[in-house]
Amino acid sequence: MDSLSRRHLFGAAGTLMGALATLSVLGADALISEARAQGPAKDRLVIGISLEPPVLDPTKNAAAAIREVTTPSIYESLGRIDRNGAIGPGLAESWSISEDGKEYLFKLRPGVTFHNGEPFDASMVKFSLDRLFAADSTNPAKSLYTDIDKVEIVDPATVKVTLKSPNSFLLYSLSLGDAAIMTPKTAPTNDKSPVGTGPFVFKERKEGDSITLEKSPTYRDPGSIKLNTVIFKIVKDPSAQVNALLAGDIDAFPGFQAPELVERLKKDPRFAVVIGTTEGEVILATNNGKKPFNDLKVRQAIAHAINREELISAESGYGVPIGSHFAPHNKAYVDLTKTYPFDIAKAKALLAEAGYPNGFEATLKLPPVGYAQRAGEVMANQLGKIGIKIAISSLQWPQWLSEVFKERNYDLTIVAHTEANDLDRYARDGYYWGYDSPEFKAKWREVLAATDFTKRDELLKEAQRIVSRDAVNGFLFQLAKIGVWKKDLVGLWENSPTPQVDLTGVYWK
Amino acid sequence: MLEFLSRRLAAALVTLVLATIVVFAVVEVLPGDPALVMLGTDARPDTLAALRAKYGFDQPLLTRYLQWIGGLLTFNLGNSHAYGTSVSKLIGDRLVVTLPLSALALGWAALVAIPLGVFAAWKHRRPGDWGVMGFTQIGISVPNFWFGIVLVLAFAVTWQWFPAGGFPGWQEPLKSVHALILPALSLSLGEIAILTRVTRSAMLDTLREDYVRTARAKGATERRVLFHHALRNALIPVTTVAGLIAGFLVAGAVIIESVFRLPGVGQLVYDSINNRDLIVIKNVVILFTILVLTVNLLVDLAYALLDPRPRIRA
Repeated sequence: MDSLSRRHLFGAAGTLMGALATLSVLGADALISEARAQGPAKDRLVIGISLEPPVLDPTKNAAAAIREVTTPSIYESLGRIDRNGAIGPGLAESWSISEDGKEYLFKLRPGVTFHNGEPFDASMVKFSLDRLFAADSTNPAKSLYTDIDKVEIVDPATVKVTLKSPNSFLLYSLSLGDAAIMTPKTAPTNDKSPVGTGPFVFKERKEGDSITLEKSPTYRDPGSIKLNTVIFKIVKDPSAQVNALLAGDIDAFPGFQAPELVERLKKDPRFAVVIGTTEGEVILATNNGKKPFNDLKVRQAIAHAINREELISAESGYGVPIGSHFAPHNKAYVDLTKTYPFDIAKAKALLAEAGYPNGFEATLKLPPVGYAQRAGEVMANQLGKIGIKIAISSLQWPQWLSEVFKERNYDLTIVAHTEANDLDRYARDGYYWGYDSPEFKAKWREVLAATDFTKRDELLKEAQRIVSRDAVNGFLFQLAKIGVWKKDLVGLWENSPTPQVDLTGVYWK
Repeated sequence: MLEFLSRRLAAALVTLVLATIVVFAVVEVLPGDPALVMLGTDARPDTLAALRAKYGFDQPLLTRYLQWIGGLLTFNLGNSHAYGTSVSKLIGDRLVVTLPLSALALGWAALVAIPLGVFAAWKHRRPGDWGVMGFTQIGISVPNFWFGIVLVLAFAVTWQWFPAGGFPGWQEPLKSVHALILPALSLSLGEIAILTRVTRSAMLDTLREDYVRTARAKGATERRVLFHHALRNALIPVTTVAGLIAGFLVAGAVIIESVFRLPGVGQLVYDSINNRDLIVIKNVVILFTILVLTVNLLVDLAYALLDPRPRIRA
């Protein structure tokens, strides 16, 4: 090896580095001028989302992010959930329900076309509903549809759904993305190239970065859609979310996850910060099947030890106190926050009655989500005041699902139950709380059988009371929805009755 | 020479086989059920079982290991469970972000660190040296993600010279390089500090050599002594360390990619662990094992070419 070739080596390296540096500077210059020349586009919207949808088919995976991106923009269902959580017509124009609540007749909307040009008719509805409850179905929400006995095509514009037993939540379930209507031709490939009937067509996906939708040329009412391009950008890190908004890379963040960073955005005159409601009840989930939590007195003691104001202040004040497993904005809600009011003396007395005058030790397993981490510290402190010594352990999400949810190997955990109408979990056998109440199960059967919705609301109130009285879990607060978007953007949902981003009424002022 | 080469190659292969066993074992003992992660809390037991059977999670460990190795040998890595796309495409799409990012960071680090190190050695035990050493102390201590956030606040939010994050894709090459500048800067901070220190101490060693004194004695200019005589020999340890740093850069990219929302390999690994997308984790880790082994092999070869001694000893 002589010095000549070594000199070549170093020379080449030097040239390469020089080139890199020059390229950097050139790149910067060219782009600054380009960025400044671009004005804001009025038909284009960049939406930030904090989790990436793994696939683009809600019938294959439970991730909420899939629903945010695809329903109802790409896929539609028979019913449609509106911004207040009410069910209106979707791909079904109207429906009628038989007296006994077992037969649903759906009249389908005419003039609907799939993005691939196929006209929509009853055969697609039968195909899509049949695969929900089929024996080999891998739909994540299969359990919502197992009451369905059969789906029949009456004529190309009418479908009859017959149930084995009445289910007063069926219309709601059939309005979810899990029951999206697909065509048999594209159903197998919808996870990568989704085809639906919605106002937007899938254009491209850059894994790990973004998903781009464009206005559908075949949509039945094209005039109502004001946006031509919608880009969902994935931004996981909360401070990166704030920076992306401040730098103008993103126009809207409908589900902003970091309340502690919101103040900064509130002060910025370009943004509107909109606080709304969600279906997420944050609970101190309790293993009712395990000592000492199988003792009602212990659970009542915990309920008395909960200081909700303090927990909500850890959420920077965003959140509404709850006393049962039910969302305060629902019209069937009943305020039960005073069932076991905050009272440390009473809590201690109950613990002593249960045989734990000096308290006991317990673990609190927390999933890796902001609200649980924040509430976890506060909760451990509050329980410490009545003598329950908490050891906190933080789990990854898959670990939480296996250890806590599936194997029920836990004492306490904090988690938000984000589905609507999820009071039914208290009637489930083998659910991770280990709560088994014949009284509640009977009440829930009544709820399901009630086709008169006023009667159903009354029954729902009674069901909430049972759960609250039994102090099944610690009921903490309802998660707030923090939406941040540019002030001249109109029409995004203020509340989140279901995890979807409805873009049909969205436009720039 | 041939014997030396074949020995090194055999050692690398044995390492690789051991690595596949370790990686497989670690991935398999990760707590968490991939099917449960995909289908969520409402999934029925029969649905979970159906999905496990579909992806072969119910097969015996040995079968699954052999299937994976078979796939590796035939370059058929299979499909990601979470994304449904082919693993090789998934990794390929991410490498085009992470490799340029690391290269840019390494290039930038070398460009800054070598002159700084030479300068510090030249000003040995004088204020210039102290200044540089102070800077490297900060560079090693400051977490690079924090530095990244500060860079974004300054250059993307306040002055808007650079995007705050994201990656446009190489069909827009200028924009892509532009998007990688701030991440590369924050990624390189720690590496600059390390390389500066290595350059400085290597320079101090060579500056003490007799031949440098001879060069000075025969009246060579200070610049010629520093760059022509001393630096050239000092660069050998510097190159070695720069090679080692390349591995750390990929690890550092996990966090930097998150701060700047770059769809790189680091993010892919992070997401795959969270999704329990076992097949992706296994293949990415093995790919990087192969990369590191190759780099080591090349460094060994380069030594053998540059310096005859290891060849003889080997």
